[in-house]
Amino acid sequence: MYGFEAMTFNIHGGYLEAIVRGHRSGLLTAADYNNLCQCETLDDIKMHLSATEYGPYLQNEPSPLHTTTIVEKCTLKLVDEYKHMLCQATEPMSTFLEYITYGHMIDNVVLIVTGTLHERDVQELLEKCHPLGMFDSIATLAVAQNMRELYRLVLVDTPLAPYFSECITSEDLDDMNIEIMRNTLYKAYLEDFYRFCQKLGGATAEIMSDLLAFEADRRAVNITINSIGTELTREDRRKLYSSFGLLYPYGHEELAICEDIDQVRGVMEKYPPYQPIFSKLSYGESQMLDKAFYEEEVKRLCLSFEQQFHYGVFFAYMRLREQEIRNLMWISECVAQNQKSRVHDSVVFIF
Amino acid sequence: MSGAIVIGASSSWARALVKISPYTFSAIGIAISIGVSVLGAAWGIYITGSSLIGAAIKAPRITSKNLISVIFCEAVAIYGVIVAIILQTKLESVPSSQIYEPESLRAGYAIFASGIIVGFANLVCGLCVGIIGSSCALSDAQNSSLFVKILVIEIFGSALGLFGVIVGIIMSAQATWPSKV
Repeated sequence: MYGFEAMTFNIHGGYLEAIVRGHRSGLLTAADYNNLCQCETLDDIKMHLSATEYGPYLQNEPSPLHTTTIVEKCTLKLVDEYKHMLCQATEPMSTFLEYITYGHMIDNVVLIVTGTLHERDVQELLEKCHPLGMFDSIATLAVAQNMRELYRLVLVDTPLAPYFSECITSEDLDDMNIEIMRNTLYKAYLEDFYRFCQKLGGATAEIMSDLLAFEADRRAVNITINSIGTELTREDRRKLYSSFGLLYPYGHEELAICEDIDQVRGVMEKYPPYQPIFSKLSYGESQMLDKAFYEEEVKRLCLSFEQQFHYGVFFAYMRLREQEIRNLMWISECVAQNQKSRVHDSVVFIF
Repeated sequence: MSGAIVIGASSSWARALVKISPYTFSAIGIAISIGVSVLGAAWGIYITGSSLIGAAIKAPRITSKNLISVIFCEAVAIYGVIVAIILQTKLESVPSSQIYEPESLRAGYAIFASGIIVGFANLVCGLCVGIIGSSCALSDAQNSSLFVKILVIEIFGSALGLFGVIVGIIMSAQATWPSKV
């Protein structure tokens, strides 16, 4: 019953919620980012990070440090925390936590299939996969020639199987089809996750609906902008939009016929929650759009911590960590390439 | 005139209720007083305890201060025990000719009501203190200046149990059985 979660949530979820809130207090603050932005070399970054929670993970790295190593170790920390929470969780929280990683699974599948298409070595691709999205038979993906085989050989045993029904065709895999496959899978995943949260009910449903709706709308805008000028027809574009969210269904109809960014802006400015995002961009500029969306997402994720006794905090924590890792990657790349003036272009402060 | 009280026809529900022994009501009242109070206390303690354990992993300093929340919940159970003991001292034997006197019935109902008052007041008080204690532990782990402020809320919450105990004891003072003739 909505409003009375406080009475029974702590039976199964109290301990893990307290743990995830403890992890949240370890996220890097604006002061940490300011210190990091002033570093001259990657070793300075490693020194600053060893004072934070990433210390034990970066300590043993030998001195010529690469940005990929930093990112890998930070991701390892996130994976360790996730696995710890997952093994302590009971139903339905364990299903919820697994749902959070299906997005990474989809990305890994697409990465391997694309890499195989371009004749890359499977081992090399496996190392680039995100550790949260690994599953057992992932290496077999390299063998598949078209989507039907992909499904039959590998994906039917994974949790992604039900998302595939919409995109099995006998066409061979090529770059365009793979992007469409990725977006179709992600659409099915978001809708499934949304339905699952609605079934859970209560505060979880309310908070997750808001976060997932924002995600769906953001993806709709990104799909629109990325497919301007390509051969993707309007009908195909419509099919890639998720069927929930603030923009559904009227915004999607308008977005489907957009042919340039200013038209997209015109559509989005009609929706009050998204209007401040688009008003920050001057005309014709779309690079800052990503950062503006990330800032909005971080704001909403932080708000979900204001309420207790729901599962949204787990989702929010994972996303905030991923944002932090993106920030660290950007800072490390800027420092490594000596472009410190551009550091603040893409760092989103969480606190 | 002593003896049977006529309420309605001889086979009505009201008549059946009146014919239940006042000792039954008293015993149930005492059971509810202790049983439901302990339910409330236990509920509150597990709500606070699970959050406290998880939060103390990252912030070990909160453990000793936040045991106060657990103590407030425990106090609720103690109220239930005290009232149960007081109530059972109010039980007296009356001769069987006087069991269904109005005085006896009144004593039985007073003990029953007292038990319900204390039991349910302590149930919700324990729940309230438990939920606040859980939030208190989590907030204290993030920002230690919040502890004292949230403790004030808990103190107000635990006053609810006290109200129940006071009214319950006043009710039970009414439980005077008819004196032996």
